[in-house]
Amino acid sequence: MERLEYRCRGIVKGYAEGYAMLSIKPLNLLTIDYDGIINDHTSSLNGKSIVGKVLIFPNAVGSSVGAYRLYALKVNGKAPKAIVCMKADIITASAAAIASIPLVDMVDCYKDMLNTIIINHNVNVIVDADKGLIQIQLLT
Amino acid sequence: MQLSKEEEDALDGRYGDTLALAYRVLVAIGNAMDADRLVSISWAHVSGVNYNTIGDAGLTFLEDISKGNAKVRVMTTLNPMGYDPSRVNELNLSDEFIEKQNRIMKAYERLGVIGSYTCIPYEALDATFLPKHGSQVSLAESNAAIYANSILGLLTNKESAISALASALTGKAPYSKLRVQESRSARLCIDVKYDMHTELDYALLGYYAGRFNEDCIAFKGIRQEDIFIFSSATKPYAKANAKALCSALGTSGSAGMFTLNYQETIKERVEFTKHDALKVMDELSNADDGDVIVFGSPQLGLDELSTLLNMLKGRRFKKRCMIFCARSIYSKAKDLGYIDALEKANASVYCDCCSCLTPLISRDDVDSVITNSVKAAYYLRSWNRVGVCLSNMKSIVEAECV
Repeated sequence: MERLEYRCRGIVKGYAEGYAMLSIKPLNLLTIDYDGIINDHTSSLNGKSIVGKVLIFPNAVGSSVGAYRLYALKVNGKAPKAIVCMKADIITASAAAIASIPLVDMVDCYKDMLNTIIINHNVNVIVDADKGLIQIQLLT
Repeated sequence: MQLSKEEEDALDGRYGDTLALAYRVLVAIGNAMDADRLVSISWAHVSGVNYNTIGDAGLTFLEDISKGNAKVRVMTTLNPMGYDPSRVNELNLSDEFIEKQNRIMKAYERLGVIGSYTCIPYEALDATFLPKHGSQVSLAESNAAIYANSILGLLTNKESAISALASALTGKAPYSKLRVQESRSARLCIDVKYDMHTELDYALLGYYAGRFNEDCIAFKGIRQEDIFIFSSATKPYAKANAKALCSALGTSGSAGMFTLNYQETIKERVEFTKHDALKVMDELSNADDGDVIVFGSPQLGLDELSTLLNMLKGRRFKKRCMIFCARSIYSKAKDLGYIDALEKANASVYCDCCSCLTPLISRDDVDSVITNSVKAAYYLRSWNRVGVCLSNMKSIVEAECV
């Protein structure tokens, strides 16, 4: 299995791996329902579940209460396993901090990683926030 | 990020679990935003009050952190909750919702928060309570943060519910982004090439601008007197325009500020044309009509209630009309006779709550809603799952009143 490695910045510590769920556009976390389904008709992930995935998005937008939504998902066992941002923002960082969800951002090589995921579509992501390392596994 | 000895101790739990958690949040945000230290703030406005937005997990979280003796360190105001307690009998809410909503309020009270239940603290609070120009504050409600930065000259980032709460409990915030004077300039200028007539036009511009993912956005082609409340030539509708712009900008994006000042040398420029305005309308407005009229998000201020009455000219709404306003505004409006006049016009005025994630509008009995609020439109569609017909206040009154 082919693996690609990227450097990242650990914001909230932890290690996790999971299937990549990518939103090209920023996400409004408040539009994720308590079952982990995205309900935003303006989002490309509308109707998709983020449960147990590695959620990848540039940053959060919109509601300040989105932080509570991510926390609720964690409490209910419906949270993403880890979050990868282009540049972590206040909403996402504060939510990941109270929910203990590993969070990394990658200011420098986000676009490279994005391209890899877009081209290969079907990938697993291993997030090591402690070491500041992301691995992409190409699935067939 | 460099912490003082006392801050380190608090982070290590020496002053209790709640304060340790608050510092953990501030450190995570500070690291994400490359802050080198914490600064003191003088006001926090906390969101995450409506049971519909924070749910059981949020309720338990707030009850946990308010169990001990943790108290807010600075003046802290609260965003709207889920319902109007003074009208609870007419609101067909489940006992469970009311009970859980009340527990949330109690938890905040234990922390020493002021139960303002408003998303327009800049308008609902007595002006003497607002910190002076240039003060560091921590406002979570996005429209309030943008309004405070852009119009009141206060310094805040677009805080999250959790980061503003952490700031309230510690009296501190990471010194970064819009808190730093030098960072409060725009890198992007939006050249407004669209005739801006109504509050809805400003909201469409805001929603469009938010999509650019900038901290601070400059607008060219907007007149100061149409939007800035402190200009000597300010128009009576300026505040409504500003609120529409701030709330829509906060809904679609991450920007915490806009400005009408920009360097002519600013490189990144885009236009806002009629085509762009129509595209936003297309994205948000999917109904030609509605069963209910909704005014508010943000909650209406005294000026907007007065404007609405002037537009009504004694006419009545043909259908149910819900108006959301702050409790303190309601009291003043009551004294002025506005509330009685609005009720005579077949409108219901609700306090302490607003249209975002409201339990008061359900798909069970509403197909679609008519509103002038882009923020309401976004959440009514995505959360309440009802259709939305967007129109400006004047057109709504003309079309829906007899």
